[in-house]
Amino acid sequence: MLKPNTTKGKLIVVEGIDGSGKSTQIDLLFKWLQSQGYSVFFSEWNSSPLVKSTTKAAKKEKSFTPTTFSILHCTDFADRWENSIYPLLKAGAIVLADRYVFTAFARDVARGVDPEWVRNMYSFAIKPDAVLYFRVPLEVAVERITAARASLKYYEAGMDLNLSENINESFKLFQGKILEQYDQMVDEFGLTLIDGTQPVKDQQKKVRALIKKILRGWEGLPNPNKPAGSARPAAETGGKS
Amino acid sequence: MKGANFYGAGFPYRDIQQLPGKLIVLEGTDGVGRSTQIKLLRRWLEDEGYAVSDTGLTRSALTASGLEAAKSGHTLGPLTLSLFYLADFADRLENLIIPALQAGFVVLSDRYFYSVMARDAIRGVDKSWSRQLYGIALRPDLILYMKADVPVLAQRLIHGRGLNYWEAGMDLHLADNMYDSFLAYQNLLTKEFDELALTYNFVTVDANQKPDTIFEDLKVHILELLHNRLTKTKKPR
Repeated sequence: MLKPNTTKGKLIVVEGIDGSGKSTQIDLLFKWLQSQGYSVFFSEWNSSPLVKSTTKAAKKEKSFTPTTFSILHCTDFADRWENSIYPLLKAGAIVLADRYVFTAFARDVARGVDPEWVRNMYSFAIKPDAVLYFRVPLEVAVERITAARASLKYYEAGMDLNLSENINESFKLFQGKILEQYDQMVDEFGLTLIDGTQPVKDQQKKVRALIKKILRGWEGLPNPNKPAGSARPAAETGGKS
Repeated sequence: MKGANFYGAGFPYRDIQQLPGKLIVLEGTDGVGRSTQIKLLRRWLEDEGYAVSDTGLTRSALTASGLEAAKSGHTLGPLTLSLFYLADFADRLENLIIPALQAGFVVLSDRYFYSVMARDAIRGVDKSWSRQLYGIALRPDLILYMKADVPVLAQRLIHGRGLNYWEAGMDLHLADNMYDSFLAYQNLLTKEFDELALTYNFVTVDANQKPDTIFEDLKVHILELLHNRLTKTKKPR
């Protein structure tokens, strides 16, 4: 379904339910790759300035159906794809994505959208060089999110699905459905499992080891702003701290 | 009872039973006179006692302002534009067309998704991708394809609302001026439409004629559809 990566670039994505710790890990990875002197860029789910006003208004007015929710998130992705991710990969950069098509496959199917239909919609996208799936048990993720936030948002809690009148309960049920979808995709798309309950530092160590393997012998786009004394490509000594 | 008839997946999370209303689509390129005909048809159908609802491309409140803003800028890629149109379509289908059909209305649609497919195809968007995406669409009861020669279209537009950037396909850089670009673009569109006409069983109506004559032609096809429906629904009693 997804296209093979024939660009000079490398595409690395993190996936997982809310509260899985993936954003922390990709942030650390981003900084590390920068310090190593790579040309590295970052793209976040649901962040296209072109689509933002539409999505924001629809969320506020609760006017999404599962299908329009799905399409507008793909529109957002397509805009980032056409204007940033794809050209950067063509140029030979490393692109890190905090959530990618798998987020849509998990959430939209959990909302009742046809799995084949949504997979086709994203079929213009490239299969990443690595998909790091941060897996945590549902209870852990829910605990992390509810502890960190004053209140949950309507769609993030899946309130549009009428799973429960109680927003915390709805969130838990909805995240459970999403988790189920993610687990089914592990084999379908060859996701790399990372145990999100491990200490942050241990997880990052694993992440860096995996990425190092992918980047071994790869040149890519030179970075004119390479920090002085960056460790690359002396792989044996790289990755300290 | 049999469910509603979709091209593909439809909306699996909804239980949509057979719809008592009728969905009638008017298709055709820019300047072919669709909106004039929709107005005439609406009045006529209402005189005949039918409840009528009409809808058209980009009229969804969900996407209208975003789409407008996006089209006025320069950064809009073909996939992004295509998906914006899909969102507009899905929103109107779920929130307007289907409820109206459930209530037994005749829905007149000023274009459906075929126009979007035609313009996407010219911009290099994969056709099978589009076809699968519009698997959410209901099969209309009747698709009337108003077809006119490109010089006729140009003449009408110039004497009407004038040429505009998107209708002239200026984003495709087909010519160094808007008039030639319009001709080239509308020729490409017509070619795509002719192909779609075969795939989706359009009923072609000659739109080179005067509006009154076109109207009479359209009425013939619509009457045929509505009469079939009457005999069909009366039988079981």
